[in-house]
Amino acid sequence: MSDPQAVTTAAPPPTLGGGTVTPHARRRPSPGFFVKLALVATVDALGVYGVLAAAAVASWGIVAFLVLALVVVNWAYFSPRALPAKYLVPGLVLLLVYQIFTMAYTGWVAFTNYGDGHNSTKQDAIASIAEQNETRVEGSPTLPLSVVERDGELGFAVVQEGVVEVGTAQQPLAPAPDATVEAGRVTAVPGWDVLQFVDVAGRQDEVTVLRVPFSDDPADGSVRTQDGSTGYVFRPTLAYDEATDTFVDTVDGTTYAPSDGGNFVSADGTVLTPGWRVGVGLDNFTRAFTDSRLSGPFVQITAWTFAFAFLSVVTTFALGLFLAIVFNDARVRGRKVYRSLLILPYAFPGFLSALVWRGMLNEKFGFVNEVLLGGAQVPWLQDPWLAKVSIVLVNLWLGFPYMFLVCTGALQSIPADTIEAARIDGAGPARILRSVTLPLLMVSVAPLLISSFAFNFNNFSLIYMLTGGGPNFVGTPVVVGHTDILISMVYSVAFESGTKQYGLASALSILIFVVVGVVSWLGFRRTRTLEEI
Amino acid sequence: MSRTASAPVLRGRRWWAEVGWRHVVGVVMIAVCVLPLVYVVSASLNPGGTLTGSNDLFRTVDLQNYADLWGRGYGGWFVGSLVVCTATSVGTVLMGSAAAYAFSRFRFTGRRGGLTFLLLVQMFPQMLAFVAVFLLLLSIGDVFPALGLNSRLGLVAVYLGGALGVNAFLMYGFFNTVPRELDEAAKIDGATHGQIFWTIILRLVAPILAVVGLLSFIGSFGEFIIAKVVLQRPQEYTLALGLYYWAADERTARWGLFAAGAVLAAIPVVLLFLFLQKYIVSGLTAGSVKG
Repeated sequence: MSDPQAVTTAAPPPTLGGGTVTPHARRRPSPGFFVKLALVATVDALGVYGVLAAAAVASWGIVAFLVLALVVVNWAYFSPRALPAKYLVPGLVLLLVYQIFTMAYTGWVAFTNYGDGHNSTKQDAIASIAEQNETRVEGSPTLPLSVVERDGELGFAVVQEGVVEVGTAQQPLAPAPDATVEAGRVTAVPGWDVLQFVDVAGRQDEVTVLRVPFSDDPADGSVRTQDGSTGYVFRPTLAYDEATDTFVDTVDGTTYAPSDGGNFVSADGTVLTPGWRVGVGLDNFTRAFTDSRLSGPFVQITAWTFAFAFLSVVTTFALGLFLAIVFNDARVRGRKVYRSLLILPYAFPGFLSALVWRGMLNEKFGFVNEVLLGGAQVPWLQDPWLAKVSIVLVNLWLGFPYMFLVCTGALQSIPADTIEAARIDGAGPARILRSVTLPLLMVSVAPLLISSFAFNFNNFSLIYMLTGGGPNFVGTPVVVGHTDILISMVYSVAFESGTKQYGLASALSILIFVVVGVVSWLGFRRTRTLEEI
Repeated sequence: MSRTASAPVLRGRRWWAEVGWRHVVGVVMIAVCVLPLVYVVSASLNPGGTLTGSNDLFRTVDLQNYADLWGRGYGGWFVGSLVVCTATSVGTVLMGSAAAYAFSRFRFTGRRGGLTFLLLVQMFPQMLAFVAVFLLLLSIGDVFPALGLNSRLGLVAVYLGGALGVNAFLMYGFFNTVPRELDEAAKIDGATHGQIFWTIILRLVAPILAVVGLLSFIGSFGEFIIAKVVLQRPQEYTLALGLYYWAADERTARWGLFAAGAVLAAIPVVLLFLFLQKYIVSGLTAGSVKG
């Protein structure tokens, strides 16, 4: 979105904080100016729409951000002093929202109990507890009921003391004076379609969970139906008392008081769900180490993650370097052909290779067992140790071409006379490799080895596609397995383990952040010392 | 070790000892490299094939699987993937080059700070924050459904958010190698900063733009975890997601169909890669890793 035609004319580069200002008289609106105007106007229009929409759903954070962003965008593109900002704003805005903010947000979530059962605020939790804990009022009259529909939204029309009332889940029952009643049942309501029995049967699931409140006050209860023709009156069994901030059971009088964990809990320890989000301090971080069912797998997974990342780098680099040396001899004919074919695994999209290998390594029907091993039934992906071996081997297949390319490039930049000199001094091939080639090679390759380590440390798709983390551990509170690495463990904790635990997952993410950050930092330092050689 | 091509021609035993064995290594390695690819091509030509049926290579040759792909949402995934990856790579190139231009050519307060900040950000992979990305898109979806969950545009926005940190440095270095005298001359001739950027600088840095665009395309083509978190309905899947679901369930999967889908998905990427090999290699050694 950088403007093709500038507003300023040739002038010394202005600075952000008070540089040269071009006089207004020298502005000539050019076609580029109108392009810019149109683009910024579009952004503004979308922004204003966003502000209104966000205000409507009370997302004040988004409102504040949008207002600020709009001010910055308009300032950047219309102020002649904001020259660098014109080029930086689009990228920086996206970077702030989708990377910096998400990192900070991860940090915040890690200190809360955010997750299933603790998804929202306390107010939402109170409303939904009141709503969910309702029972049919014994002895209350049954109401003749019809299911009605408007724009796909279902509602109920009931006859209560001779008056027809219509309502939906969102809108409490309200009188509908123009409705037609035949034989005690509502047959037509202006503005609504009355569903016939067949239609009701077709949407049975929606009808039986529909709850139409009598009024805005949850304490008044609601109408529900089982069969779509008779309504029953339901009243909450739990009443919220604002003064004491407790729920009281209207039947047996038990009180439920809010706890530190973000739930209403009774004296005997019964917990009402859902709860709400609260800060839990370092609980998520310590849980991974202290919860006995979690700490065992966590330690194993951490060890395997390091082992996997380390082995990935070492094996791919060793094979890549070996092949690079083998084919770095000008006397080998057809080197171009070899090179093109050897990088095929690298050109083939990685996620597809992992899936193909998953099929080929299948215990009963896979190509490897059936054809290459003559019908053996080796449990490549089912046995904990073999699965690890398989992962390292498949990753070697995937990754050596990269190292091969990199090493080939680095070898060619090593001057031939250095090696010649070493040979004249009487060094054999092994000695030359160890004392001349490798140290020179490392200068350019070491940073790539570090980033390769960091990449494999988080190589989610390979693990997820090849073994899915399996074979699984037994008896852990999250679904994780012997070949899971930390990042796939985080994924499992966040999305795949029955109850979603965003707080715990974020805490684990942060632990990975730290490891990757430290490794990269050490890598940078190490690279610098190498360059001084 | 590197030797000059003028070495004497070797024969017999010495040829074996110094050159011949290298061909043996090469042939063995090529077999290892190519076998899985041959296998997947063969499986894709085996109509109605399951895992077992795919083990006799090229027993049947039939394009039925390729024809069957289209009724099963594959076309949508294919087009969707191309759209997402193209948008991501174009956006990455535009944003990255604009930022690199600003850092390379302008001197402003916060320039050094900005560069250090990008260097730091680049150390933290965005994919680690996928839980927060999910929660963020959940709330954005209330305001802008087009940028929320289950939206390809939302996915592109997430990818673009991570693009600057990774690529700006790579491009910044390259921009610095373009002599400043060129744009100063243009400035004296009356060119605006916009004209200099679009018509002079971008032409001169075209190789790095190609590399960044390509790596970004290939990277987002194979990206899995964020796509899986953001896109949850089969209609919007990318190829990586769709093919994963086809292959993941080994009991019911139609392996032949998956293989055909995989071959079609891989062909454009492999061709692109082989065709632009040397550019990609220079880009790789400049600091990126396969994604």
